Amino acid sequence: MISRFLFTGADRKVFWTIIVLLAVAVLVPALNLLLPTDHPFHVPNQIVSLVGKYLTYAMLALALDLVWGYCGILSLGHGAFFALGGYAMGMYLMRQIGTRGVYGNPVLPDFMVFLDWDRLPWFWYGFDQFWFASLMAIAVPGLLAFAFGWLAFRSRVTGVYLSIITQALTYALLLAFFRNEMGFGGNNGLTDFKDILGFSVQADGTRAALFAASAIALALFLALCLFITDSKLGKVMVAVRDAESRLRFVGYRVEHVKLFAFVVSAMMAGVAGALYVPQVGIINPGEFAPANSIEVVIWAAVGGRGTLVGPILGAIAVNGGKSYFTAAFPEFWLFALGGLFVAVTLFLPKGIVGSISSFRGRMNTQSALRSQKIADMEAAE
Amino acid sequence: MTSEMTHSLLYLDAVNVAFDGFRAINNLSLTIERGEMRAIIGPNGAGKTTMMDIITGKTRPDSGQVYFEGAIDLSRQDEVEIARLGIGRKFQKPTVFESHTVNDNLELALTGTRGVFATLFHRPGAGSDTRINDILDTIRLTARRDELAADLSHGQKQWLEIGMLLAQDPKLLLVDEPVAGMTDAETRETARLLREIASERSVIVVEHDMGFVRELDVKVTVLAEGSVLAEGSLDHVSADENVIESYLGR
Ligand SMILES: Nc1ncnc2c1ncn2[C@@H]1O[C@H](COP(=O)(O)OP(=O)(O)O)[C@@H](O)[C@H]1O
Ligand SMILES: [Mg+2]
Repeated sequence: MISRFLFTGADRKVFWTIIVLLAVAVLVPALNLLLPTDHPFHVPNQIVSLVGKYLTYAMLALALDLVWGYCGILSLGHGAFFALGGYAMGMYLMRQIGTRGVYGNPVLPDFMVFLDWDRLPWFWYGFDQFWFASLMAIAVPGLLAFAFGWLAFRSRVTGVYLSIITQALTYALLLAFFRNEMGFGGNNGLTDFKDILGFSVQADGTRAALFAASAIALALFLALCLFITDSKLGKVMVAVRDAESRLRFVGYRVEHVKLFAFVVSAMMAGVAGALYVPQVGIINPGEFAPANSIEVVIWAAVGGRGTLVGPILGAIAVNGGKSYFTAAFPEFWLFALGGLFVAVTLFLPKGIVGSISSFRGRMNTQSALRSQKIADMEAAE
Repeated sequence: MTSEMTHSLLYLDAVNVAFDGFRAINNLSLTIERGEMRAIIGPNGAGKTTMMDIITGKTRPDSGQVYFEGAIDLSRQDEVEIARLGIGRKFQKPTVFESHTVNDNLELALTGTRGVFATLFHRPGAGSDTRINDILDTIRLTARRDELAADLSHGQKQWLEIGMLLAQDPKLLLVDEPVAGMTDAETRETARLLREIASERSVIVVEHDMGFVRELDVKVTVLAEGSVLAEGSLDHVSADENVIESYLGR
């Protein structure tokens, strides 16, 4: 297994990315916390929280790659799983506020007091426990993906039709979470968090820890995705992408393969959302916006789908660009994003990482051919 | 249950299929024995591909019986179940998994693990390697083992697909127009390949190319407008007036 890791080029990229992520998980918090602010190697607080946020986006892009890049399922609703994971964590953070809220109610979050509710709705039970909220951040997206995928894949909904119903899914959730009666804070969402596991969410140490947790979680998910895509199941997934109806005649249950990938991917997106919310300090229904899910597709396409590492780089690069543009030329960002997507589709259909690999592959074949020719000539002499 | 039905490998009786009122398969009856190779010929639109769709579960018959090994009602099973029963199929348009290597295409087709978790934790054994080597030898693709299927020539893709069927080790093989678009040399090679395969299992070959059918030298069934027009040796059916008329009247 280990020796196979180091032999194929794609696996080697993933392997080194995991190493880099683990190093970043240690180094960035250390350079942030241990060095004085005027030291040239000090990492400023804003960078820690900004990059920490990018890492959760990268996790979401990686999750999408598993279904889109490998199984060929273009989900335009992955933002919904991310947001659900975020809400689960947000509910835990709300319940940690306790009497420090504006209304000082020990159990009810402020928005419930404001709505004149006298008791906690049943689905808020258990969210005062971190372990329960964490479990729900994985289980709720997983169950939704299972129910949705079971129906869609069994009815053999594919291609554009599937993409459209995933958009409908996230849009329906957007509308639902906007409603005050749903009990998730309506259009304000959940915010004003105080602490997580007893530590203040604002504290430098907490931010650094959340950063490290995000980098480590991303590294673990990358290893998990490598394990899946390197297995025989990974080959079956690619066969689903290439010619799913043919695969049925070989005796594989295509819908089970898709369901597995979709559920695993949704759970990863849920974890990403759960790590995102404490770092940005808010979750509101806007996270369900259909446009958000489409942006994830752009990250993955720019980085290179079906490469695992590509979507991670794509998410970080595009969001880095977004942070820069929205500060420097706010009115141009959407044009830049649209232009980038068109450019990648036209000129780099395999994305950045995919194009580099095939360029290297061509060079290798050429040099192999050259050395073959030289060998032939020498043999002829 | 008739004895014909219980002894045969595949038994179709009075099968009908209509698409929007158009009867593509019309009261079709056909029996294939164990170990038999059968050639099916007929003009375009005769229903040859549709017949394969029925046998492999892609299309459900409106009426009639389709039995495999005497007791298994194929009209109640889906494609996956039928494939697992041991019926393999090669499509008219060659379909291989293009972004996989020749080796991986064969590995996926190889009998064995099919479930999600079984394949996730599957580690290929040494036995599968020898089988893949044998198949590569048979289909003459040993030298291209590690190349992507997308990079194969049309004829080689056809052979790879036949190789995948061998890897599936089916009891019955359905082959739809295997030599369409092949050179003469490739056609002869394919005939040799199919005869080799047929020595161990039952095969149904659909083909237009009369030279190829003659080379196979097996019992021929002529299909026209969804039903059997004639059956027998190639010389026998070529002399049949109905057959001459249906081919000339095309
Ligand atoms: N899914 C379908 N829907 C409608 N018509 C079909 C379908 N499949 C086949 N047909 C029609 O059934 C007839 C038989 O087709 P087919 O079995 O492909 O013929 P062959 O393989 O003998 O050339 C043709 O007229 C074709 O147009
Ligand atoms: Mg046909």
